[in-house]
Amino acid sequence: MTPSQVTELAIFIALFAAVTVVGFVAVRWRAGSAGSRMDHLDEWGLGGRRFGSWISWFLLGGDLYTAYTFVAVPALLFASGALGFFALPYTVVTYPLVLLPLLRLWSVSRVNGYVTPADFVRGRYGSPTMALLVAVTGIVATMPYIALQLAGLEAVLRTMGLNGSGLVGHLPLIVAFVILAAYTYQSGLRAPALIAFVKDILIYGVILVAIIYLPAKLGGFGPIFHAADTKFTAARSGGLLLTGTNQLQYATLAFGSALALFLYPHSITGVLASRGREVVKRTMAALPAYSLMLGFLALLGYVAVAAHTKPIVNGATGKADSNTIVPALFSSQFPSWFAGIAFAAIGIGALVPAAIMSIAAANLWTRNIYKEYLRRDADDRSQARQAKLASLVVKLGAVAFIVLINPQYAIDLQLIGGVIILQTLPAVVIALYTRWLHIGGLITGWTAGQAYGLALLYQIPNPAAGSKHFGGSALALGKISVFGAHPFGGSPVQIYVGFVALVVNLGVAVVVTLLLRAVRVPIGADATRVADYHAEAGFPDTASPAGVLAQA
Amino acid sequence: MSTSPRRTHPSGGRRRRGMWNLLLLVPLFTLITPIFNYDQPRLGGMPFFYWFQFVGIPVGVLCTVVVYRASRGSAGPRDVDALEEGTRR
Repeated sequence: MTPSQVTELAIFIALFAAVTVVGFVAVRWRAGSAGSRMDHLDEWGLGGRRFGSWISWFLLGGDLYTAYTFVAVPALLFASGALGFFALPYTVVTYPLVLLPLLRLWSVSRVNGYVTPADFVRGRYGSPTMALLVAVTGIVATMPYIALQLAGLEAVLRTMGLNGSGLVGHLPLIVAFVILAAYTYQSGLRAPALIAFVKDILIYGVILVAIIYLPAKLGGFGPIFHAADTKFTAARSGGLLLTGTNQLQYATLAFGSALALFLYPHSITGVLASRGREVVKRTMAALPAYSLMLGFLALLGYVAVAAHTKPIVNGATGKADSNTIVPALFSSQFPSWFAGIAFAAIGIGALVPAAIMSIAAANLWTRNIYKEYLRRDADDRSQARQAKLASLVVKLGAVAFIVLINPQYAIDLQLIGGVIILQTLPAVVIALYTRWLHIGGLITGWTAGQAYGLALLYQIPNPAAGSKHFGGSALALGKISVFGAHPFGGSPVQIYVGFVALVVNLGVAVVVTLLLRAVRVPIGADATRVADYHAEAGFPDTASPAGVLAQA
Repeated sequence: MSTSPRRTHPSGGRRRRGMWNLLLLVPLFTLITPIFNYDQPRLGGMPFFYWFQFVGIPVGVLCTVVVYRASRGSAGPRDVDALEEGTRR
């Protein structure tokens, strides 16, 4: 370990310790009445449902723009160029698109005391089966996402010299996660909400400095883009612009990811924790401030090319880890004290989403599997206890994932996660507006979408990593076959798999709905009312028995 | 139960709000790659492809804010955000 790494590590540990204290005292922050504190899932899992605009903005910002985003997006630009920039239009289109559906979801959840998206599906269609499918999809999609936060944290730790091999190499990560698990267990959603303030301020500061200081040091953006262009031309792969074959992939990947973002349980948890509709609206209008940061952050991938940064060789796998490109850039270009702050920002940036994701997965488990199938008579107290325990199990699983399995699988699974979570769109989003789709159609559509999506992903190789399957989410149109026929011939134009699977999902759902409606199969009971979808906090609408219970 | 005043507004107001909501689709222009997949003109050394998409951010914010403002007049009391949950009833 070099002296500068010691400085980096000292600053990192100091900030990490400060955040740990914040995490533990968060339990007292804006706590409800003493009797109900943390004994109710609304308190532990949704922070009491009373976060205002500022908190929601920081919480969702900390939740959606994860440590993995910070390391992976620039790494993607570093490796393949323009395609990696899809992250920007993705976050530009997502908030306007989701604004109205989220308002309806917020209201109906507040009135009926729903904690998870699967709760809503359960109420809307009276179908525990579809709710179970949504819950399982959410948990399966979230687990590798948590594992990726660990990968982001580990990239930073390894850059600071904690780059051992075997189990010892993973030890710093395990320590960090045990601490995280402890305060999440105690404080619930309040811990990441409070820590998000620290995280976002650190990240904003670091990016602002990086984006002014580094280009100035390297002669401006002109030379930076020139260096990147030279690299791509020499490597004969990637480029500053999109090509004829990946433009459709770029657009559908951004669009599909935008639709998927707020289907993830952790995003919905962040939204449902808001105090009112106004808060949701303001937050959605203000979140693009983070997109600005993300765009500049992405360009750091090119800055790294211009600065001749080399990724660090992972001591555990023995391979160059492209995710270390941004940490390595900071380490080589900044004084060590500032690099330490930057690493702490990324590290804490891993903790906030990891905490929220584990809480969201725990809520799903508790509400839609434990209470539905294992203990129907579970009261509020035992639900809260069950969720706390589940959050520990989820984090343990994520650590085991990174320690025991090649992190590359986490990336593959995260890719798959995006495709499978998108398949819950008809059951969650379309159901917010209409019950026209039959529950049988939703279930068969979900099944078809998942099966088709996974089958397509299985066929995609990744020559760079030497794997034959699950090598990416870009599918050549020519590979799409409809019962053996190839409607797009041998076209090399690429498209996002999740988007194709969603189209199949919707198509099947519509056809099955028409069939079931023709033979008059009953559609199931709807526990929600029209007025529920517009209800505002404190309005008479929210005073339905369930609503009162949820807020008691 | 559902006696809140904002749902009694005439359907004309609702339709006008619906028109405003269409603004939320405007940011989708950042997905039409053929209109911005160019190197020139550059802005401060940055190819058109990149700075064009940065411009999408304020456009997206503007659209969201306009819809937010348009929905405010008919969405009940202004101070609804200030209500403290749980303490009110």
